[in-house]
Amino acid sequence: MGPPGLPHYLIVGAVLFALGTYTVITRTNAVGILMGVELILNAANVNFVAFQRFNPMPLLTGQVFALFVIVLAAAEAAIALAIVLAIYMNMKSIDVSQAASLKD
Amino acid sequence: MAETSPKPARYVETLIGAVLLVITAGFIFFMIAKTVLPGLVPVAEQGAELAKPSDLIFYLMAGLAMVSAAGVAFSRNIIYSSLALLGTLLGAGGLYVFLNADYVAISQLLIYIGGVLVLILFAVMLTSKISDQKHSNPSVGIMPGLVLLAALLGVLGYVATRSPWLTAGALFDAPQTSATIGDLFLREYLLPFEVSSLVLLATLIGAVVIARKEIKE
Repeated sequence: MGPPGLPHYLIVGAVLFALGTYTVITRTNAVGILMGVELILNAANVNFVAFQRFNPMPLLTGQVFALFVIVLAAAEAAIALAIVLAIYMNMKSIDVSQAASLKD
Repeated sequence: MAETSPKPARYVETLIGAVLLVITAGFIFFMIAKTVLPGLVPVAEQGAELAKPSDLIFYLMAGLAMVSAAGVAFSRNIIYSSLALLGTLLGAGGLYVFLNADYVAISQLLIYIGGVLVLILFAVMLTSKISDQKHSNPSVGIMPGLVLLAALLGVLGYVATRSPWLTAGALFDAPQTSATIGDLFLREYLLPFEVSSLVLLATLIGAVVIARKEIKE
């Protein structure tokens, strides 16, 4: 314990990344997989902002990159959920192991 | 007999949960009384290198993020998973505040919690058979997943703690985060900024086209 330094934030990022990978691997629900992807993106964001904060150079580039990641994550979530809804309307299930065909 | 058997198990679970909650709350109060409150008095006189309340809030935020992430990963009901995701996003937003990234923190709050999380909740409600817990959040390959989890945690934790990071001695505080970020967006990163707006437009149209019901004539 003590005042939080760079390794503290990196450990948070590492835990989020590992749990996100576990979620992506083990879930068969498409929405659950999407949640794992969100965890991974958040881990990357925490690392970006932490490295920016402890960078010896006075730059804000890390925060800019984190904002781009947030924007792309929102776009990715919207598209992925639209696809999930389309699959659900066609197959009545969002189990990714059953959605093996692209067209009926 | 078969109908009454789930009830005692549930009772025991609730009891264990209550006991754990009491123990955890007692531990937290004990830690606050033992370590934080005595630390508050010398902080005013001596300054840094002691347990400050802001440090405690940092550990609370980091703990919230990590415990909720574990909830996302291990919960059996997908509703609980998506609600645990809220804790993770909130904790990460709190960490951004600690890192002097207020603009990123607000964006996290608005876009992730206000947008992505609501979208995910909508998808959960619309698609899964929520009441059926066995079908709600099925998982496969738990053993390889656990092995990979342990390996990733070990390697990344080792790198994070043992690497000689070249960090700044005196931390740089941007006086105006939002103004500087706006300058960066409109000067150095103008092309990615415009491209991302194009991506958002394409996403908007694409999501509508994909999710609409086909009109059969």
